[in-house]
Amino acid sequence: MNNKQKNIIVSGFGGQGVLFLGTIISQAAILEGKNTTFIPSYGAEMRGGSANCYVVVSEDEIASPIFDEGDFGIFLSKQALEKFQNRISKEGLVIADSSMTGEDIKRGDLKYFFKPFNDLIVGGNQKLLLNIVVLGAVIKKTGILMKENVLKALEKVSSMKKPEFLDLNIKSFEYGWSLV
Amino acid sequence: MGEKVLIKGNIAIARAALDAGLQCYFAYPITPQNEIGEFMSKEMISLGKTYINAESELAAINMVIGACATGTRAMTSSSSCAIALMQEAISAMATAEIPGVIISVMRSGPGLGNITASQGDYFQATKGGGNGDYHTIVLAPSTIEEAVEYTHRVFHLAWKYKNPAMLLADGFLGQMMEPVEFKHYNFGEIDSSDWELSGVGEGKNKRPPRKLVSLHMAGDDLPVLNRKLQAKYKTIKEDEVLYEEFMMEDAEIMITSFGTVARTAKGAILKLRENGVKIGMVRPITLWPFPEKVINKWASHVKMVLDVEMNEGQMAQDVKAAINCAVPVEILSKTGGDIIKTGDIIKKVTEITNYVGIN
Repeated sequence: MNNKQKNIIVSGFGGQGVLFLGTIISQAAILEGKNTTFIPSYGAEMRGGSANCYVVVSEDEIASPIFDEGDFGIFLSKQALEKFQNRISKEGLVIADSSMTGEDIKRGDLKYFFKPFNDLIVGGNQKLLLNIVVLGAVIKKTGILMKENVLKALEKVSSMKKPEFLDLNIKSFEYGWSLV
Repeated sequence: MGEKVLIKGNIAIARAALDAGLQCYFAYPITPQNEIGEFMSKEMISLGKTYINAESELAAINMVIGACATGTRAMTSSSSCAIALMQEAISAMATAEIPGVIISVMRSGPGLGNITASQGDYFQATKGGGNGDYHTIVLAPSTIEEAVEYTHRVFHLAWKYKNPAMLLADGFLGQMMEPVEFKHYNFGEIDSSDWELSGVGEGKNKRPPRKLVSLHMAGDDLPVLNRKLQAKYKTIKEDEVLYEEFMMEDAEIMITSFGTVARTAKGAILKLRENGVKIGMVRPITLWPFPEKVINKWASHVKMVLDVEMNEGQMAQDVKAAINCAVPVEILSKTGGDIIKTGDIIKKVTEITNYVGIN
C-alpha cells in the first residue's frame, strides 16, 4: 500500500448517495491541500441500478485516476460487496453496511468492518442520511482525511446544492463517527 | 480565479469554451458528453448567448459553419457515432477555410457501440471521414486542467488558421472530477475582419461582397486552393506541435500513449522505474499535427517502443511512420470499454523486456 496515495471504491445502489459520498471525500481532499480524482460509473451501468465511484486521494500528483486495486472499499449493497471485494489490495479495508451486504467474507487478507448502518438508523427511528452516516464512520476508521475538512466540505457542497440539508448532514456525519 | 474547484470534465470544458469567447452552441445530445449541453442550456441563455438543441448532428455542425462564417465564435460537442455524421461538413469547413470548434468525447465503437470510455476515434479525428486532402487540428488532453487549457487553445488555433479544430477527450475525462483552477489564457488577438461575412455595409463604407465556398469548379481554382491549404498545413505542422516527454532521458523503452490512458502509463512507468526498468513516454498532445520529429528523435535512443491505446493501435500507425522501422513497435490495446490498467502495462513491459533482452 502506498502511504501517500489512497484509492477508494464506493459502491451501492443508485439513490443511496454513493456518488455524493465520493464527491465529499474529493472535496474534503481539496480543502486539505491534497490531490484528488473522482470517476463515477455512468450511463448503462447506472441504469442497471448500481452506482460506483473510484476516488483517489494523494499527497503527490495523481498519475492515473484509474486504479487496479482499492485500499478501501465502501460497500452499501450485497452486489457491491460481492463484486468489489476482489478489487481491494492485500491488507486493505472493507467498510460495509451489513444490513444491506450481510457479512460475506471472501478473503483472509483483508480487514472487514461491518456495521448495520441502515438498521441502526431505521431501528433507532432516526432521521439521518445513510451515505453521510457511513462517511462519518469511514473517516474515523480510515483517518484518510481530517474530520474538520470533511465537515467543511459538507458545508461547502450543501451550501451550493441544498442548504436546508446542512444540519442533517452534520448530524448524520457525527452519528457515523460515533459508531466507530 | 485562483481557487481550485472540484469539477466534472464535461462541465469544465463547457465553462472554458465560454471563457474563450463562445457565442453560439449548437448540438444534439449524446452520452458521454451530455453535461456540456446541459450546462450550456442554462448558462448561455442567462448570458444572452445562443443555445440551440439542433434537430440532428448534421444540422448542428452546419449551424456552426453558418455562425463561424460571420466571424462568430461557435462550437458543437458530440461523441463518436454522432461525430461520424459531421464529417462531410468538417471537410467543407476546411475547404472553405471557416473556423469552428468540435468537442469530441469518445465512447466505444464501432457503430453505435456503447457509452463506455474509449479512444477508438483517433482515426476519425486525425484522418477524418470527410473527403479530400484536408486536416482537422486535434488536441488530446489527459487531465481536466489540460482540457480547460486546450479548449482555449482549440478556439485560438481554429481562428488563427481558419480551420476546424477539435478537442478529443474520452468518456473518462468527460465524466470524472478533478480540482481545477480556471486561469486566463491569452493567445493574442486574432483579426478576422478581412474574411468574415459581416455584411457589405452601405454608402461610402460599402465593401465588395465576399464568399466562402467549398465548391471550386472554375479552371485552376481547386489545385490553387489545395496548394494554399497544404502550405497552411505545413505552417501548422512547424509551429503548433505539442507533446510531453516523460522520463525519456535514459529510457530504453519508449511508451507512446495519449489522453487519459497516458496517465495510466505514467503510473506504470513510475512503478517500473522503482524496479530499475529504464522506461519513459512521449505523449502526443496535438494528434494532428503529430509530433513525429520528437518520436523519431527518441527512436534512435531506445530499443523498443510500446504503444498503449484504448483502441486497436490506431495512433501506432503514426508512431511507426515516425519511427521509420528504427526499432520494433509493440502494441497494448483494449477496446469496447475494457480498461487498460497500470498492471496490464507492467505485465506487457515485463514480457517485452524479456525477449528484447533489456535488463
